[in-house]
Amino acid sequence: MELIKPSFGLIFWMLIGFGILLFILAKFAWPVITNGIASRNKKIQDQLDEAAKVHAEMENLHLRHEEMLAQAKADRDEILAEARKISIEIQDNAKAKADSEAQAIIEEAKKAIHYEKMKAMTDVKNEIANLSIDIAEKVMTQELSDKAKQEQLIAKWVDENHLN
Amino acid sequence: MRYNKLGFIVATLVFAFALLFSPHSAFAAEEEGEFDAGPFIIDHVTDSYGWHICGEGDKSVTIPLPIILFDNGLQVFSSAKFHHGEAAYKGYALGWGDQKGSIVKLQDDYTGHLEEGEEYAVDHVCKFNISITKNVCALFISLILIAWIFLSVAKQYKRHPNEAPRGLQGLVEPVVIFLQDEVINPSLGSHAPKYTPYLLTLFFFILLNNLMGIIPIFPGGANLTGNIAVTGVLALITFFVTQFSGDKEYWKDIVNTPGVPWWLKFPLPIMPLVETIGIFTKPFVLMVRLFANITAGHIIILGFISLIFIFGQMAPALGYSVSVVSILFYIFMGCLELLVAFIQAFVFTLLSAIYIGMACGHEEAPEIAK
Repeated sequence: MELIKPSFGLIFWMLIGFGILLFILAKFAWPVITNGIASRNKKIQDQLDEAAKVHAEMENLHLRHEEMLAQAKADRDEILAEARKISIEIQDNAKAKADSEAQAIIEEAKKAIHYEKMKAMTDVKNEIANLSIDIAEKVMTQELSDKAKQEQLIAKWVDENHLN
Repeated sequence: MRYNKLGFIVATLVFAFALLFSPHSAFAAEEEGEFDAGPFIIDHVTDSYGWHICGEGDKSVTIPLPIILFDNGLQVFSSAKFHHGEAAYKGYALGWGDQKGSIVKLQDDYTGHLEEGEEYAVDHVCKFNISITKNVCALFISLILIAWIFLSVAKQYKRHPNEAPRGLQGLVEPVVIFLQDEVINPSLGSHAPKYTPYLLTLFFFILLNNLMGIIPIFPGGANLTGNIAVTGVLALITFFVTQFSGDKEYWKDIVNTPGVPWWLKFPLPIMPLVETIGIFTKPFVLMVRLFANITAGHIIILGFISLIFIFGQMAPALGYSVSVVSILFYIFMGCLELLVAFIQAFVFTLLSAIYIGMACGHEEAPEIAK
């Protein structure tokens, strides 16, 4: 019976003791502990969020960096291509110009040659004419006395002159 | 590592104490007469007016505790005056028979030795007996211990805010977080902050006293949470907290239970009656569950210890050989009790939280209770 019969004294002290304990802990211990835990949880969460944010930012930065690098590469390639194109153009132009100049020089040379040739022909013609006159003069002065000799001479000169 | 060492030392001490003293005590009992396991066990799981440390009879070492009575004015004297129930003081004596456990006033103001076999007429049983008994003493010790633990932990939080827990803080914090996350918050929802202090105090009070009850030597060894007055007060507090936090819905559900056919409510109010009884059975069950679990564990352990005494009476050698088996069973039961200490503290807190949660309109039972 004693086992299941609650005693007055113990109930009395239990009410007082547990009441005081509850009061003390509820006032001085539990709020501090639960708030401490909550505040630390919050701090950890904040730091995790912050880390995630920084990570995202880093990712972003990295992406931008990559982008810039790619852009730079593309720019470089473009510039190189342009340069190559320009150099080829310049080369082509130079070649064309040189060709045309050479052509012009050749034309000029041809013209000059033709002109010189004409000039030489004229000179030769004049020379022949002068020679003919000279021959005629010599014939006149030297061989007019002998008729046969005259004719022989004339035929010889004509024969000689026939070379032209 | 420090806790492991401490546990090891305690376990070794327990083992050594039990092994060394039990058979000798058995022989001592043999000299005095038949060993009776029943009263032996009941004496150890119930309250007493002195704190018995060791030894038997006249050679026993007992801490005398103050007797405080409101009987014809305030009476305060030491329990040593009773000489373990063999003497009366100013007409007061320890009750016997049906009055065992209480203090009785004899018809004449007799002080001195009570002769065995002689009849003493009892005038009345002292009703307002607020003596500092063994359990009250253990209660005070545990209260001081709990207050010290949690105030020092709170100081740690104040002194080192937002830092990793250290020392005692690291021991307490996971339990507090577990209770908050698994028991209190799921049971009470938005009402949780209001009841958290009570539920946490409840849990740690029961747990610490369960654990202290397992330790067989002073300052442990008092069967505080296995005492129906203690569990009754705890259940009573939960009962009152539940009723006072009950909202309109809670009372309406009791008077007019939803989801039940009308003929169960009218003309015979069966359901309201059942619900009303339910209000009282819930804390009653809380009280009995804790009391029965803890007391049963102690009774089983004491049963094993009694075996040593019983066999020791037959032959000392038998007592020694049985003591090995008994101690092994004792260690096994001790481990089981350790588990029960946590489980019962947890269950009491969980059910309190659920009852309060149901009363204040948080219908959802936590995941862990399902």
